[in-house]
Amino acid sequence: MANAIEARGLRKRFGRATALDGLDLTVRTGEVHAFLGPNGAGKTTTIRILLGLLRKDAGDVTLLGGDPWRDATTLHSRLAYVPGDVTLWPSMTGGEIIDLLAKLRGGQHDKKRRQELIERFDLDPSKKARAYSKGNRQKIALIAALASDAELLVLDEPTSGLDPLMEAAFQECVNAERHDGRTVLLSSHILAEAEALADRVTIIRAGRSVETGTLADLRHLTRTTIDAELDGPIAIDSLPGTHDAVLDGSRLRCEVDNAALTEVLRRLSAVGVRTLTCRPPTLEELFLRHYSGQDQDHPERVQVSRVQ
Amino acid sequence: MTTAPSVVAAPSRPAAGHHALTGTGALTSLALRRDRIMLPIWVYVVVIGVASNAYTFAKLYKTAAARESLVKSGLENPALTFLYGRLNGDSIGALTAWRYGVWGALFAALMSIFLVIRHTRGDEEAGRLELIGSARVGRQAPLASAIAVAVIANAVLIALLCLVLPVLGLPAGGSAALALAIGLTGLVFTGVSAVTAQLTSGARAARGLALGVLGVAFLARAVGDAAGTGGPSWLTWALPLGWTETLRPFADERWWVLVLPVAVFLGCTWLAFALAQRRDHGAGLLRDRPGRPAASAALSGPFALAWRLQWPALAGWAAGYAFMFAICGAAAKGIEQLVGSSGGLTKEFTRIGGQSAIVSAYLSSLMLLAGLVAAAYGVSAVLRLHAEETSDRADPVLVGRAGRIRWGLSHLVVAFTGTALLLVVAGVATGLGFGIAAGGAGTETTRMLGAGIAQLPAVAVIIGVAALAFGALPDACVAIGWTAVGLTVALNIFGQALQLSHWVLDISPFTHLPRLPGGPVTATPLIWLSAIALAFCAAGLAALRRRDIA
Repeated sequence: MANAIEARGLRKRFGRATALDGLDLTVRTGEVHAFLGPNGAGKTTTIRILLGLLRKDAGDVTLLGGDPWRDATTLHSRLAYVPGDVTLWPSMTGGEIIDLLAKLRGGQHDKKRRQELIERFDLDPSKKARAYSKGNRQKIALIAALASDAELLVLDEPTSGLDPLMEAAFQECVNAERHDGRTVLLSSHILAEAEALADRVTIIRAGRSVETGTLADLRHLTRTTIDAELDGPIAIDSLPGTHDAVLDGSRLRCEVDNAALTEVLRRLSAVGVRTLTCRPPTLEELFLRHYSGQDQDHPERVQVSRVQ
Repeated sequence: MTTAPSVVAAPSRPAAGHHALTGTGALTSLALRRDRIMLPIWVYVVVIGVASNAYTFAKLYKTAAARESLVKSGLENPALTFLYGRLNGDSIGALTAWRYGVWGALFAALMSIFLVIRHTRGDEEAGRLELIGSARVGRQAPLASAIAVAVIANAVLIALLCLVLPVLGLPAGGSAALALAIGLTGLVFTGVSAVTAQLTSGARAARGLALGVLGVAFLARAVGDAAGTGGPSWLTWALPLGWTETLRPFADERWWVLVLPVAVFLGCTWLAFALAQRRDHGAGLLRDRPGRPAASAALSGPFALAWRLQWPALAGWAAGYAFMFAICGAAAKGIEQLVGSSGGLTKEFTRIGGQSAIVSAYLSSLMLLAGLVAAAYGVSAVLRLHAEETSDRADPVLVGRAGRIRWGLSHLVVAFTGTALLLVVAGVATGLGFGIAAGGAGTETTRMLGAGIAQLPAVAVIIGVAALAFGALPDACVAIGWTAVGLTVALNIFGQALQLSHWVLDISPFTHLPRLPGGPVTATPLIWLSAIALAFCAAGLAALRRRDIA
């Protein structure tokens, strides 16, 4: 089974509102896949379809080789889920809930692993759930998921309430999961998280996938930022494939299409270069391009060649 | 919700009074808007309850002689004194105050407790007050607005009673005294619940504490009254529910008694504000004790979880049932005496019960009541599914191995075993209460146990309606479930008095039950009701399997 999750042309409407409008998502077995998009893009709806909580209106979806709606109960014992907004039963303690979640999945936690994670995330398991902050509630769901033996972890914005220290602990844990061969679907709008963790990324907007591929693949599509101090002036209009070029005396700042990079560098060295910084685009910039106003009228889907 | 108890106290700005109360007006109108349906219903129920009693007494006991004989038998009966309080005179007003004064006050107190907790600790626990508190709203504004809403509700209650009772022909002075006695008890418990809302960090516990105070107040008054002059009659004076009768409405009112509830209200309100000033947002003065760091082996799946979530409420219901039905059962001994003196009431009871033996009629009405209230419990237990779903707490169960049918069944099982338990408790308590008072505890208990259990098929149908609604029309299931309860109560309590035609009464499953004890039993309607209940539940679960989870 090459793909843990395979969704094609997924559609879902709530009354008049379209939540998913032909979404595609492929998550390969054993990879950490980041599922990115702004609020309301359809991330949670997709995840709830994958979990069999919502019924799709159209499209094909396979999860761990089964139909998430029809085979929900059998599939559920093979996955663990951390919701974006963790609500717990207020009168139960964190420790009780961690164990209950394991039993609801049909398994039992490895006691040592459970204790390890509780210490790692610095959680007091004897407190009543109503006394936990958002971050602590999230830790409970995370510990329960990480301590399980599930093949697939579905994490819906799992770090939105965690502090930086806990976020680091989370990233370590996810990296460890990858080494253990588990598949992780990680929805997020925190790009640094995806950059740090993800093997591959799917970006969605308004219920459709707009890009998918490795970070390297996605960078091919975009521009390199150049920041150069030159020996002399340069006519910026003469540079091919540049965007948002700003010349401040002898200092040039611009974005260059990767196809035009060789030519631009040649022109620059002809003038003489004192300092030069070339930077690949950050995911932030990728993201901004997809959601900035000018692109919104043409939401073309770009299918990137797959690595490996 | 972010304030962990270990964190240092929230900055308590030495704010001047008006700073701390900024935004109270806006929050009050928000609360009134949120309660625009339930609040009028509460007020309406109390006003109609009192007014209809005044009307009934005026109609049934037209002459002073009839009332006098009623009073004599009534006063001689400790069970009735226990239940309703002491009687002050034999005017229609005094009878109304006796029959509904304490109970009206009890209802006003309940209304106030639910209101205040809902708008203080309830909102705080749900995290809504955190959002509100971050706006330009003073620290004390949520508490002040909750108290304001309760004061407004009780003021409206007082005003309506002052208007309605004189229209029915009661003296204005006594009407005002009764109205104030009821409304000011509401105020007392406004204050009490404002204090309990500061003590615990959970709304359930705060509500339970306030209800506990109310229960103690009711018991103290009941014991003080029933004990008579030789016993601890000071108990009647000690707590709020006794003040409704020490005020003596319609019987040479002691107006100064009104100072007591007002003083308690003011004292409690002051205390609540003082406590609120000292505590953190989200925390209570009584800290949650640390619990088990790991789950017990028993907490092992959806059924155990449903039971864990629902048993505290069920235990409370069962305790309340045991208490109320034991008292009502014991009161049955006095019914014969009371009714024997009035031809009109005999006719009334016979008509309601449909039986020749008046005590049997009374007992079977009691079991009908047990069934109707158990249906309310059953619906609340089924609707827990809806609460779990809308708060996203169903997700972890459904994303587990359980599947929807088992999850749905887990709470349905609680609803069914819970109502069965309540009916058993009602039957046994009534039988014991009556049997110990009148002799023959053993036979009475078995007889009443059967009468209680016989209600179950009808209760099951109402549970089935709620289950079907939850499965098929989740957005409307709360309304449908409670409408079903309300409709059966209306049909079976007021239906015959309104002389509705038989096919209308037949809508209620309770109409088809045998009138036990005393009446003949046929199996056919019981089998039919059970089959219908089962079909509803199955259809509800099937629909749950096909729909989206919110």
